[in-house]
Amino acid sequence: MKEIVVISGKGGTGKTSIVGSFAALAQPAVLADCDVDAADLHLILNPEIKTSIPFSGGSIAQIDQNQCSVCELCAQVCRFDALVKKKLGRYSVNTMACEGCGVCAYVCPTAAIQMVPHVNGQLFLSGTKYGPMVHAKLGAAEENSGKLVSLVRSHAQKLAEAQGLDLIIVDGSPGTGCPVMSSITGTDAVLIVTEPTVSGIHDLIRVAELTNHFKIPTWFCINKNDINPENTRQLIDLGIKLGVELLGQIRFDKIVTQAQIAAQPVVEFTDTDVASEITAVWQALLKKVNSNS
Amino acid sequence: MVVTPAGNPAFRKNNTPLKIAIASGKGGTGKTIISTNLAYYLSKLGKTVQYLDCDVEEPNGHLFFHTDIINREDVTLAIPVVDPEKCDLCGACGSFCAFGAIALAGEQVLTFSQLCHSCGGCSLVCPQHAISETARSLGQTINASIKENPLLELRYGILNIGESMAVPVIKQVKHISSAADYMVIDCPPGTSCPVIESVTDADFVLLVTEPTPFGLNDLKLAVDMLGKLDLPFGIAINQIGLGDDRVQAYCRTENLSIVLEIPYSRKIAGFYSKGQLFLPELPEFNNLFENLIHLIEAVAA
Repeated sequence: MKEIVVISGKGGTGKTSIVGSFAALAQPAVLADCDVDAADLHLILNPEIKTSIPFSGGSIAQIDQNQCSVCELCAQVCRFDALVKKKLGRYSVNTMACEGCGVCAYVCPTAAIQMVPHVNGQLFLSGTKYGPMVHAKLGAAEENSGKLVSLVRSHAQKLAEAQGLDLIIVDGSPGTGCPVMSSITGTDAVLIVTEPTVSGIHDLIRVAELTNHFKIPTWFCINKNDINPENTRQLIDLGIKLGVELLGQIRFDKIVTQAQIAAQPVVEFTDTDVASEITAVWQALLKKVNSNS
Repeated sequence: MVVTPAGNPAFRKNNTPLKIAIASGKGGTGKTIISTNLAYYLSKLGKTVQYLDCDVEEPNGHLFFHTDIINREDVTLAIPVVDPEKCDLCGACGSFCAFGAIALAGEQVLTFSQLCHSCGGCSLVCPQHAISETARSLGQTINASIKENPLLELRYGILNIGESMAVPVIKQVKHISSAADYMVIDCPPGTSCPVIESVTDADFVLLVTEPTPFGLNDLKLAVDMLGKLDLPFGIAINQIGLGDDRVQAYCRTENLSIVLEIPYSRKIAGFYSKGQLFLPELPEFNNLFENLIHLIEAVAA
């Protein structure tokens, strides 16, 4: 089984549009949306949800006001400023600041604080016309997205095994932090989608350093390559310098947005040059991944 | 709605800066374009401005200015160190830790510093007082001045590669005592912890989106998030004309105020790609920012 993760460092470079097309080109494959903060792949692949699983990323503190003696020990030991004094001098838990460490419950002399499981997301097992899909929705203003990402990946792996599919395509999240690291650790291949802007150049360096840190085979493609040809040349040189191979370039075309509005993968919506360029990147990537075993 | 004069510090509490956070659900909608040009615009009004880049995973705002780095500070997190002389291998630390960051493994206690949230629980529960704390580097904050613009100051954070704990670095970026008129806070994308940390305490949040289905979906998530945080906000739609008009329709239905609309423009995209502000080159957009600042001042007053 092979797992391919598409990431970008910088947001908005076109990851999800490209992954949507990869899904159509690869079928059948298991599809996983690991951008649990702002998941969009479902808008292209139109999954039919079969199972919905509540996700608990940990516990949070809860105060029983009848037991609380207002000794304030909890507020003194909490390093996340999660215990807040309210009017009338009572304490309450700021659920957004609470990290669930349990230190307050430990020090409370009257056992007024309980750690209770906190449901902060939903995981979905779905079917699409291109293959099974795992996606998730993190509750608004919730944490633990890294944990939810790991869960999405492990469900995708189980689905692939159960259905005898040997390919998983993962849509990652922007950045280099917690959800991104959960998306890429132990995976077979990473494709970085970048764009020829100064931000794209800067972020390619950081995200390539990240995949190098985890020793994951990595390739990249340049999306919207014609918006700044000079920067595109810089990206090509940068790939050589970083030892990350360029698999292809994709032009800027408003038709990509039109495909998104039509809720279709670009390669199914159009057969213009932009679609052939995405297809070429996919074929090159597949070849690399298969010969890399 | 009462519109107050732009940049009148008399409308502010305790002479603290007016804090404007620029956020978005979706990445790449134009947060940095708007933040950097807004900071520039305010400084050109003769106001002092601090531009804080809280996207510590991919800080790009500084690329749009000619900066001189003033200083760098390390951001660290306190993590446990076990004294093997004192430790009697009781395992209390491992049973207590909610994050799996410390564990008894045979004849020794192992720590996994990447998982540690620095709650201090392990040292608190250790009956032998065998656990102390040491500092682990997470990243840096950087203060910079801008060569051609003394009214504008830059402060940004940068998370070490391979590091997952963005929030303490963001906290450190925001930990600043300031006498500036305005603070422009460029936030990371998304709707979870790093974003919440970045927008907390803002007087106004500008939610940037684009007129596409992805933009709309992620805008809804961001609106949900701000609803929970109970912060005043307005919507900025970037690249109008690129997609459809469902974002505007959603804003109308939900009664959300659109405070900034930037048309789709290859010129703006061109300046952005080169790392240049567009406002100095395209002064016809000044009135957009003038209007924006009036609206924000009115809400924050």
